[in-house]
Amino acid sequence: MKALAYRHASLLAFIVLLGLWELACRALAVPEYILPAPSVIALAAGSLGLARWAEHLWATIEVALLGYALALALSIPLAVAITRSALLSRIVMPWLVVIQSTPIVAVAPIIVVTLGAGVLPRVAITTLLAFFPLVVSTCLGLSSVPAEFIELSRSLRANTARQYWQVRMPFAIPHVFSAMKVSVTLAVVGAVVAEFVAAEKGLGYLILFTTSSFKVPVAFAALALLVLSSLTLYSLVQWVHQRFFGWSSPKA
Amino acid sequence: MPSVIDLNAVTQTFVSSDGSPVTALQNVDLHLQRNEFVSLIGPSGCGKSTVLRLIAGLLRPSAGEVRIFDLPVTEPRDEIGMVFQKPTLLPWLSVVDNITFPMRHKYGRVDAKDQARAQSLLAMIGLQDFGHKRPHELSGGMQQRVAIARSLLHDPDILLMDEPFSALDALTRDEMSFELLRICSERPKTVVFVTHSIQEALLLSDRIVVMSARPGRVSQIIDVPLAHPRTLQTLTDPVFTRMANEIREQVFTRHAH
Repeated sequence: MKALAYRHASLLAFIVLLGLWELACRALAVPEYILPAPSVIALAAGSLGLARWAEHLWATIEVALLGYALALALSIPLAVAITRSALLSRIVMPWLVVIQSTPIVAVAPIIVVTLGAGVLPRVAITTLLAFFPLVVSTCLGLSSVPAEFIELSRSLRANTARQYWQVRMPFAIPHVFSAMKVSVTLAVVGAVVAEFVAAEKGLGYLILFTTSSFKVPVAFAALALLVLSSLTLYSLVQWVHQRFFGWSSPKA
Repeated sequence: MPSVIDLNAVTQTFVSSDGSPVTALQNVDLHLQRNEFVSLIGPSGCGKSTVLRLIAGLLRPSAGEVRIFDLPVTEPRDEIGMVFQKPTLLPWLSVVDNITFPMRHKYGRVDAKDQARAQSLLAMIGLQDFGHKRPHELSGGMQQRVAIARSLLHDPDILLMDEPFSALDALTRDEMSFELLRICSERPKTVVFVTHSIQEALLLSDRIVVMSARPGRVSQIIDVPLAHPRTLQTLTDPVFTRMANEIREQVFTRHAH
């Protein structure tokens, strides 16, 4: 019993916290537009209906996944190019840092004006946010292959494509996946930021819309769903890493 | 008898991290005969590994020339197998796929003949039951054996070994030395063996090249008169002990200057 409690300490603490939250809201009669009790949030969530939730959830996830996929498709070839050419690296790296240093939230309205309404600007914002860690980590992974493996490859006179595909890329896998985990959560952030600027559905849009009309319990429910989606995507990437590239994680 | 490997007045300079040139090798002459086992020995920084990389075609000499079978070396060649200090096995491939990796990496495919050859090499190194294992499931000595098997896949005439046993414990080291002797007696080849260990050099070599540092150069070439096949008894042979002491003195006195 004690061992079980120890193993699930984090979950237990969360349940206790929920209970305290509920008690505090009731005891102090906190108005629900300031801080709704968990039970009130659950009720409000139920009243919105499953179909509406699914619609909002999918709108956000769709943008997050499209942006994430685009970020992956851009960053990995770019990282290969950067590690191959010192000149390209000198040209591109400072600009990547500039892009990363630009507050995306501030750029988002400009992107929406430039790219128009619809999915495209939201995907672009998501990609911008998700892609920097991917490029940097993949570059690091591709260039941190131990020297003797490169010598092995050179001594076999393998062409560069094979050197990348059979030696450098597999060595970069742990770096790529740790960045992929960070980036997938950033993709959700990107999708929400984009919805704050221009959208007619999605969980970010729902939060903006409900808070402006003081339906705070629904906003809290949407927030909880966002956290859950983010966690699920993170676990999914982790699962893919373990399932298909188990050799690259530290051995127990 | 014609040489297999020739280094003619080879000088190698590098640019160090602070921008100043460093002479790694100065005016090195070295000629290796067919099927000769030669060890390079000397203090750190004497350019032993540089010699190996020049022969491998991984480096181009700053001056002088390196020839293999009387042809100048301009790039890595097919007749050469290489074994590094670390096993350098790819962790995501099984043992047998690591042994056939040179074919996959070089030509993009592995045929049935390569597979059969990998199996016979596995049997030769006594790991026939380990073909499907991943490298991390093997001990250090086993991993290095797999690396040796990989270097033998295309049956090279020349084997270049860069301190291949230095990461192993003393017992495994002796065992590996005898194994290497056995492999070379079954299929003779020209071997260049870089080592820090005088004992290892004596046990394995036909000739020992003693090098000195700063700048790296050949200070002496010693013929090893010990009879073949060499066994555990060789290690207690009075000639072995005497030569070990002589070489140790030379390496140390030169090093002390």
